[in-house]
Amino acid sequence: MTTVTDDGAASAALEEFLNRPPSLGQRVQSVLHRQPALSPAIVLVLSFIGFSLTSSRFYQLENISLILQQVAVVGTLAAGQTLIILTAGIDLSIGALMVLASLVMATLAYQDGVPGVLALLIGAAVAIAGQFVNGLLVTRIKLPPFIVTLGMLSVFTAIGLIYAQGQTIQLNPGAFLLWTGNTFSIGSLNLSYGVVLMIVVYAVLTYALRSTAWGRHLYAVGDDAEAARLAGIRVSRVLLSAYVVAGIAVAVAAWVLVGRVGGGDPNSGLNANLESITAVVIGGTSLFGGRGVLIGSLIGALIVQVFDNGLALAGLDPNYQVLAVGILVIAAVSVDQWIRSVKA
Amino acid sequence: MKNDAEAAAAANGVKLTVAAGTTDGDTQTQITAIDNAISEGDKGILITTNGNAVNAALDQAKKAGLFVVALDTAPTPPTVADITYATDNTAAGKLDGQYAAAMLGGKPAVIAMLDLFNNQVVSVDIDRDHGFLEGMGINPGNPNENGQEAKTGTYTGGGKYTIACHQPTTGAIDGGRTAMEDCLSANPDINIVYAINEPAAEGAYDAIRAAGKTGSIKVFAIDGSCAGLKLVSSGEFEADAVQYPGKMAVLGMQAIAKLARGGTKPTTSSGLSFFNTGTALVADKSLSGVTSETPTAGATACWGS
Repeated sequence: MTTVTDDGAASAALEEFLNRPPSLGQRVQSVLHRQPALSPAIVLVLSFIGFSLTSSRFYQLENISLILQQVAVVGTLAAGQTLIILTAGIDLSIGALMVLASLVMATLAYQDGVPGVLALLIGAAVAIAGQFVNGLLVTRIKLPPFIVTLGMLSVFTAIGLIYAQGQTIQLNPGAFLLWTGNTFSIGSLNLSYGVVLMIVVYAVLTYALRSTAWGRHLYAVGDDAEAARLAGIRVSRVLLSAYVVAGIAVAVAAWVLVGRVGGGDPNSGLNANLESITAVVIGGTSLFGGRGVLIGSLIGALIVQVFDNGLALAGLDPNYQVLAVGILVIAAVSVDQWIRSVKA
Repeated sequence: MKNDAEAAAAANGVKLTVAAGTTDGDTQTQITAIDNAISEGDKGILITTNGNAVNAALDQAKKAGLFVVALDTAPTPPTVADITYATDNTAAGKLDGQYAAAMLGGKPAVIAMLDLFNNQVVSVDIDRDHGFLEGMGINPGNPNENGQEAKTGTYTGGGKYTIACHQPTTGAIDGGRTAMEDCLSANPDINIVYAINEPAAEGAYDAIRAAGKTGSIKVFAIDGSCAGLKLVSSGEFEADAVQYPGKMAVLGMQAIAKLARGGTKPTTSSGLSFFNTGTALVADKSLSGVTSETPTAGATACWGS
């Protein structure tokens, strides 16, 4: 009799255990799993508040305008990088390709007298073609993206230096290519058209990733390429398209860079590649593919720029920015690992 | 510099191998190039060192009997090279600083210091920065580190100065622009900008133009390229300290050629640890007490196109 009662109590306890309310940690984990951009957004808000306390100039609209202008190049590039990382790839050549495309645009317009629009289109074609080659090597020759883009990093860098012969090109003020550097004001907010282009890139790609079959296929391929193939998705085609669309982002980033440096400079934008990867990782996109949102990468890029600008305004050693970014990258990847342990 | 070296090599019957780093401060590529030169049994090395990290490799080269010529910038310590052909970077900075002090004539100076790096100690970075401060009559504080001067005080002639910022530019246009934007955000009263080189100065000018402050802020550059001197004429740079990289390469090449054929070693300029190839200040307006030449005069000896 007593045993039966005990059995009933035990099964009730088991029932209760299985249906127990999730702990705080589990609930946080579950929310972060559904909203990958939430943790970087919190970091951005906290760092913004922190730097506002150290300098009364930091939160002025003029300074916020500057941060947006400063982030436009890396931010745009990070949008392209996000597509590649969502497919569980990585692109080490995207920055060098951007510099190459910017040199092509500026050189054609300046030395060869090509009309600005045409120079822009040819430069854009170079960027898209470069990414097309990357995509072909990944999908047709089946090389790991890391190796492909490591090789292409050297190829693009070398072509850029040979093509520009190490020269800096200053375009005449008013040149069409410099439009991305022109500014307009909304009250005290002073934005460049490069910032607008960056926002357009994010808006269009966010829509494409969320609401089109192409976007859902991209996530599926990044999450599990084999499962995606069995579900009837043409994996190679989706992968190749990710590189080509990233090429469009590279082309836009190159134009923004031309506007920012006033022409072509083989030494400008050299750190942009690693900065774009940093932005994507801090932004909560998983390096293992298939998880992340585009807007997270913009938040990630903004965090890095806020540290850079905020420390300068506070008169602190810029080395702390390097330190802070390193810690954020490790933290972001740790959070990603923890979130991935959720059984969806 | 490379083109002049190649021309001099041809004239002296020397075989020249050229290696270039991918970016300013790329020491690993330089070490590899030095190792290659040793194993190929070259007679000498011309190098513009990217920092102290290459010192050990250069020591190896000297032990293997190569004649090490440093160009543009003396290594730290200078004895790492057999001889350095360089312009005095401190003197170049000084000329800019003296001109800035004379131009202000006692009015308050709010100074932005746009340096090269924040994570590597490179002598060109320190020498130009400190030279500029010394030229203005400001004590740089620690001789081996940037940013150690008193943040406020008086400069030559008794005017007050404020150091608004020290920011790294990596010597590139985008770095110069971002650095200047941050400096202006931190202190909108800046009226004097020191820039480590011309690209950094161009980026700084872009930031100043975007802020609508071209009238009130004067930019001082160092390099002396032909393109840079045009920017002095157009008023983007108030002054540009000119150096002669082509001359350094030619003299270095001649020294190695002479030595390889049994000639004597070259000697340094008296009182200096290197052979001084000279520096001059180019400015549109001449000021009393500072020696300068016009952009047109400077253009006769500029480099690049």
